Amino acid sequence: MGRHRLAVLDGHWRRLVGELMRRFLLIAIPYIWLLALFLVPFVIVLKISLSDAAIARPPYFPQFDWAEGIRAFIAELDFENFLWLVEDDLYWKAYLSSLRIALTSTALTLIVGYPIAYGMARAPEEWRPTLMMLVILPFWTSFLIRVYAWKGILSNEGFLNQFLLWSGLASEPLQILNTTTAVYIGIVYTYLPFMILPIYAALERMDDSLIEAAEDLGCSRLSAFWLVTIPLSKGGIIAGCFLVFIPAMGEFVIPSLLGGSDTLMIGKVLWEEFFSNRDWPVASAVAVILLLILVVPIVLFQRNQQKEQESEE
Amino acid sequence: MAEKPLIQFRNVTKRFGDFTAIDNLTIDIFEREFFALLGPSGCGKTTMMRMLAGFETPTEGEIFLAGQDIVPVPPNQRAVNMMFQSYALFPHLSVWENIAFGLKREGMPKPEINARVEEMLRLTRLEKFARRRPHQISGGQRQRVALARSLAKAPKLLLLDEPLGALDRKLREETQFELMDIQEKTGTTFVIVTHDQEEAMTVASRVAVMDNGQVMQVATPADIYEAPNSVYVADFIGDVNLIEGKVSATGDGTFALHWRDGAEPLRVKSPTGFAEGQTAHLAIRPEKVTISAERPAEAANAVQGKVLDIAYLGNLSTYHVELPTGDIIKAQTANTRRISRRDYTWEDTVWLSWTATGGVLLAN
Amino acid sequence: MKRLSVFNVVSLTFGFAFLYVPMLILILFSFNESKLVTVWAGFSTKWYGELMQNEAMLQAAWVTVKVAVFSSTIATVLGTMAAYVLVRSGRFLGRTLFSGMIYAPLVMPEVITGLSLLLLFIGIGLDRGVLTIVLAHTTFSMCYVSVVVSSRLATFDRSLEEAALDLGCSAAEAFRLVTLPIIAPAVVSGWLLAFTLSLDDLVIASFTTGPAATTLPIKIFSAVRLGVSPEINALSTLMITIVTVGVIAASLVSKRALVKQRQEEQEAVRTS
Repeated sequence: MGRHRLAVLDGHWRRLVGELMRRFLLIAIPYIWLLALFLVPFVIVLKISLSDAAIARPPYFPQFDWAEGIRAFIAELDFENFLWLVEDDLYWKAYLSSLRIALTSTALTLIVGYPIAYGMARAPEEWRPTLMMLVILPFWTSFLIRVYAWKGILSNEGFLNQFLLWSGLASEPLQILNTTTAVYIGIVYTYLPFMILPIYAALERMDDSLIEAAEDLGCSRLSAFWLVTIPLSKGGIIAGCFLVFIPAMGEFVIPSLLGGSDTLMIGKVLWEEFFSNRDWPVASAVAVILLLILVVPIVLFQRNQQKEQESEE
Repeated sequence: MAEKPLIQFRNVTKRFGDFTAIDNLTIDIFEREFFALLGPSGCGKTTMMRMLAGFETPTEGEIFLAGQDIVPVPPNQRAVNMMFQSYALFPHLSVWENIAFGLKREGMPKPEINARVEEMLRLTRLEKFARRRPHQISGGQRQRVALARSLAKAPKLLLLDEPLGALDRKLREETQFELMDIQEKTGTTFVIVTHDQEEAMTVASRVAVMDNGQVMQVATPADIYEAPNSVYVADFIGDVNLIEGKVSATGDGTFALHWRDGAEPLRVKSPTGFAEGQTAHLAIRPEKVTISAERPAEAANAVQGKVLDIAYLGNLSTYHVELPTGDIIKAQTANTRRISRRDYTWEDTVWLSWTATGGVLLAN
Repeated sequence: MKRLSVFNVVSLTFGFAFLYVPMLILILFSFNESKLVTVWAGFSTKWYGELMQNEAMLQAAWVTVKVAVFSSTIATVLGTMAAYVLVRSGRFLGRTLFSGMIYAPLVMPEVITGLSLLLLFIGIGLDRGVLTIVLAHTTFSMCYVSVVVSSRLATFDRSLEEAALDLGCSAAEAFRLVTLPIIAPAVVSGWLLAFTLSLDDLVIASFTTGPAATTLPIKIFSAVRLGVSPEINALSTLMITIVTVGVIAASLVSKRALVKQRQEEQEAVRTS
């Protein structure tokens, strides 16, 4: 009898261990993957940003050596690269210019995107899935190709200039490609779906009778829009703006394909610092500061998303 | 009625594509009335209300408000306010701001707005909730905010679209009386749209029963119930026994309804005349039918049958009695005694009787 | 009943024209006879022919597809696991860090992700090539997969799993027999998303690749940096066509399934 009970207990025990093991593996595998390939690399960037450049490959110093001990390692770190970033006006000009370009193009995307989202939400119900798909479709096509498409349009002999000359709006070709204007156009174009979708979601959720109620209480169409529609789509507007601003800030492809040599953006600077100058510590320091700049909008964005979710419930 | 109507619908037709929502409708609504539009969903009652509010324009016909044709007037310039079925409270504004919304649009001076909003909050007993947002108050409170908001501008006419539909039964009954009270206090004309006949009967001073874009009958709740003018109205309002047959006059405003071969004809008094042999329905309410064990001596009409089913409703019981002809007639009695001492039970043979004036004779 | 006002018609027309005209122009000029991509000189498919002869381009395409298939498949497995952990596993040590690591890569600038991974690979002495790109792509796309899958898991009726356990399934069987079939559409769209993200990626691939492995975006980027060429237009046209056909087909399939389900429901109501 005793042995039988033990066998049952043993089976039970084994099942419990199996279950625990499975749970452990389920959590551990993705966890370790992210630790090794996301967090650790990040710590390395931080470390390198505090190191000195050296000619030897890998081009940074000191390399971490357990024997040396942590104390010695820390003693070698310094903020020289960050000082360098402050002293050389190229960097802070690049940060400021990225900030300006990202903010302006976010505003432009909002101006272009809001009417589209509004039109979609007002469109007959049976059209909406199609319109929605038309907005999402470009998102699935290659980003690079969509930026490239504008290269042909904006160039001096391009489609836009041909049109301007033909229609008499301009007497000679305008230099648009390789200017900051082209970068604005590129950002608005590629990030437009990110702006449209959250605003559309907010507008579509809105109860139409709210507009009727506002009109019933004496609002004109325009004031009902201003007093009811805009405040109620605020969450979508904020989400859309962050979704455009955050990636635009670190954008590399658009300024390097459409922008000119005077278009300073920090993503491009980082790329050049890394690939052309091979100055890894400075590139790392540039990355660390870019991330610090982005922490504020990222946190605000998360908070806005949480608030939106709560208000939905 | 001598007084001038506040609202006049004159031959109003509204079509959405091929669908006719309102079909050549003419109706008057008077000042200080509590008027109910009653009908099943899709009967056109909501379309009528939305035309009054200005959200739909009639395809044909005219609508007058205090003598003025309001068809071309946009909704934001009408002295009409609406309480929406969903309440349509602005979620981003507090209760106070919701109520003040319409007043601010009018450009009313601030002190007056404050006074008016306070008055509305008092009227609807919402003083404590002024700073809350709509999602922070209960359903019943939201309903009162919607009412306060639409009354704040002191409209000539208040439209209420299924105002109590979202409330549970007990709250609905309380609110019905509150609505009547507020209507009396403010003296505003109320037009309510509802599919709930009990609600319409309780709150309204006059009821229009609608079906398929047409008004079937406009009358006081008592007349609608006791003297319906059609089989549709009789059947739509409350419970009714409908017995079809051929009419023959027996003089003195009394008619005999031959309803089954071999069965004794039923005697009915009717103020309207019928041609000899015309098909008609006798509509008789279950509570007008008396149930007894023996044949009553002096009843104008009496039939015998067997108790098939008893629906016990607490205060009342409805007996479903099957006649030898196979017809089922419902009789209702008040339960003045406790259930264990009830006189009749299943399978009992009983007599059903009613007077000549108990039912209404309706032409098809 | 909504009326579409003139304003809405105008904004929709202009909006969608803005989204699609550039791509249409791109496609149009891929059939241009001339080498100039701005002047029309007659219809021709010669650039497609030339593209097919371009060994380096084909090689890059092959590498890209290989990377995308491997990385999206691994990312789907890891991302689904991560989603399950986030939604179902309750509290465990370091949960906040875990969910932070899932969401952070979504908003991280690509240049930073790419740079940090490269420094890691150099630090541990891993030769850069297909393997390192696959590792990098898997890492950021598993986060997208887990967001897609976890939103489906969150709306999933938990009592279905409990019913499976009640009827004698082990936890693993309940997942395999009940949970997985129900979240399958989300898993598939997660895979597709991971696949396209990998196909599109230029920045991270540029950082993590070595001389042996060049992906299509890297190839295109170095070509278009110098200027426009009709051959790239032809390549773009092919890619746009594949994606468009794929997306439309997927949406038709899911729409058909929905319509069918609705019909069956109506049928059930009618016959009951």
